[in-house]
Amino acid sequence: MSKKLSYLIFLLILMKIMSCEEIIPVAPAENELLDGPTEGLSHAEQRQFLNGDIAFNDEVFSSVDGLGPGFVATSCGSCHPGDGKGHPFTTLTRFGQTLPNTLPELSIGGPQLQNRAIPGFEPEKIPDGVPFMKFTPPAVTGLGFLAALTDQQILQYVDSLDEDGDGISGVPNYITPPPYFEQKWLHQPVNGKIIGRFGKKAAAIDLLQQTVSAYNQDMGVTSTFEPVDPFSQLTTDPEVFDQTIRDVVFYLRTLKAPIPRNEDDIQVLKGKRIFNEIQCSSCHIPEWTTPDSDISALSNKTFYPYTDLLLHDMGPGLDDGATEGSAETYEWRTPPLWGLGLSPNSQGGSFFLMHDGRARSIKQAIVLHGGEAESSRNQFTSLSETDKEALITFLESL
Amino acid sequence: MRNFSLVLIAIACFISLKTSAQIDSTLLKRVPVDTSRNLLNMDAVYNRPFLQVGKLPVSVGGYIEADYSYIGEDGITDGHSFRVPRMTLFVASSIHRKIKFLSEIEFEEGGEEVAIEFAALDISMHPLLNLRGGIVMNPIGAFNQNHDGPKWEFVDRPIAATEMLPATWSNVGFGLYGKYFSKEWAFGYEAYLTNGFDDAIINNGENRTFLPASKDNKERFEESSNGEPLFTGKVALRNKKIGEIGLSYMGGIYNTYEEDGLILDEKRRLDVFAVDFNTTIPIIKTFLVGEWAWVNVDVPATFTQQFGNKQKGGFIDIVQPVLNGKLFGFNKATFNVAMRIEYVDWNDGTFRETDESIGDEIWAVVPAISFRPTAQTVIRLNYRMMKQTDLLGNPPAKISGIQFGVSSYF
Repeated sequence: MSKKLSYLIFLLILMKIMSCEEIIPVAPAENELLDGPTEGLSHAEQRQFLNGDIAFNDEVFSSVDGLGPGFVATSCGSCHPGDGKGHPFTTLTRFGQTLPNTLPELSIGGPQLQNRAIPGFEPEKIPDGVPFMKFTPPAVTGLGFLAALTDQQILQYVDSLDEDGDGISGVPNYITPPPYFEQKWLHQPVNGKIIGRFGKKAAAIDLLQQTVSAYNQDMGVTSTFEPVDPFSQLTTDPEVFDQTIRDVVFYLRTLKAPIPRNEDDIQVLKGKRIFNEIQCSSCHIPEWTTPDSDISALSNKTFYPYTDLLLHDMGPGLDDGATEGSAETYEWRTPPLWGLGLSPNSQGGSFFLMHDGRARSIKQAIVLHGGEAESSRNQFTSLSETDKEALITFLESL
Repeated sequence: MRNFSLVLIAIACFISLKTSAQIDSTLLKRVPVDTSRNLLNMDAVYNRPFLQVGKLPVSVGGYIEADYSYIGEDGITDGHSFRVPRMTLFVASSIHRKIKFLSEIEFEEGGEEVAIEFAALDISMHPLLNLRGGIVMNPIGAFNQNHDGPKWEFVDRPIAATEMLPATWSNVGFGLYGKYFSKEWAFGYEAYLTNGFDDAIINNGENRTFLPASKDNKERFEESSNGEPLFTGKVALRNKKIGEIGLSYMGGIYNTYEEDGLILDEKRRLDVFAVDFNTTIPIIKTFLVGEWAWVNVDVPATFTQQFGNKQKGGFIDIVQPVLNGKLFGFNKATFNVAMRIEYVDWNDGTFRETDESIGDEIWAVVPAISFRPTAQTVIRLNYRMMKQTDLLGNPPAKISGIQFGVSSYF
């Protein structure tokens, strides 16, 4: 009896464990994660997304694979953990251009500092007295939606002479395209230059340029697109396959747009109203709609990035004395606010906001706004604490 | 070519086994495991069940592991997976009363990798002075020398022992060992000079300081990567009633700082300290085994903190026999419940940029049940629960799932 019973108990335990549907951890809610593909990708597109995902998040460069000799990070995922904002550990330092519409002085090591080096090599140093700016890595989700917009759509918000008198101008950063630039119907060149839309100064025209530059300047990895090693300033054999770069670009194009949380919460709705009332939304344009795209999942989609992709004067407090493209040293591209509330999940548990991570909270980031945003900032500081909290709750819901 | 040679050796072993099988099976003699409690962990190499033919001075043995797993991370799983992580063959020979040889050849992942884990000649001059030379297992911690699958109640090997410390970690070299017994007490020591690590420990695709990366360098069985010997030493003390404690150290220069007379880098050291123990609580017969290690690596300050210069971690296994005796038709069967708790901090330190703690940690709790129809065979069912943070200490990935496996000496 006891023997049969022990057999039975043993088998029942086994069956219970084998049939349990929660053997593996429950997936976090979709709106709590930044990574994941845009809905509607075909099977072939999902395969390419997967290849890009592996290259972006799993591929680690060592000196054997082409890392360095000078570098900032060893993988894409080191700077953008979970596809979110980065941490001061991988903050980039850009230098070499102090005036708009000039070329960076490559002879002094620009445009980016490789502050680390593989063993046996010394990292780069910025020459004494040269201004520089620090960029904390941005989130990379939803970039495909921004890339799908036309230049004409971006230009509709340009008001360089502030003709509407709201104190907000907004200008595009016109960038000289790199030799490998692939112009598409959505671009409108002006004197051979194209509107930049990615990066803190909007210095990258498209995601190919952003990706190639990151491989080269962040990891010291050369490609057929950018064959010059930033350490030696000499041409070397490609250290990453073209297909890998294409896969990463596709991955970035098809990462989903961040999904807001608690949209119907009273505090969130109140904060959203205040956001519009104090004119945050004049630069942080909430809603856009994509035109037709070669990726059907990105075609004619309305999305909510909270950016105008234009440069704005942010005042002397944020003037680092260095720049890129046609931007003035005090001008910064309006950063998208989507995914803002999830930033601590990728920044080690706390906020590192503004272009260099100097703001440790959303409130601090708002207060650091100057220049064209001075009026909105002043309106924010005049709000009651309750209204401030509502606005921050709204921003955290994005 | 080396792999081919190993395969030939393995085939020869199989043939000898097969030949033996064709002779009168009464000539086959199973050499039992020595179960006396005076044995130390360092005796694990020889304290295995062997099969001997007649009075031939050669004995053979081995073990196999096979398992199934269904593991998922944050709601995503790769589904059901079966594998044979390793099959190992032992060949031992008594050349003389005081000279013996043992080899251990391991076939991993279905033969994808074939490795000589141990192949050493032992010459005994005195119980306290034995010379060992060949491919030896560096005695760091306890698991590296005592890693046979059938001895453990868990499908996976301990993370701290196999991914922080590089078990199984073998190298070519020489050394001395000895033991001293006095009534309830046993003392043992080991000291070896071997080839060692290389630059890969901080130059690898794992994106962290990773000692096992040097295992990919098969040339270490032919020459040192830098001409600097790796020292590994251990002392262990055992009391029959209390249990055993071991203290071990492994260290040396790991990087190729010079080649062809050219200075390529500074000399950079690796130092590893470990403490291990095992005991059986009287009356209730609860068996406890564990080890903890600290790894210190000289990582250039100008390299990335992604690769930490300090690591620490360990594990403890608690095994409680709950049923003994005749079970499922086996006369000396045992049914155990067990628990493993393990932890590794891959990068113990703070970020220079923020002075905040660096993450890159893993915790695991593994409840288990195991059934041993004989002491040499184990059927085990584990439920693995792990949490792993990234370098920045972001919310941890949650990983869990079931593992089922069998492992047996043969």
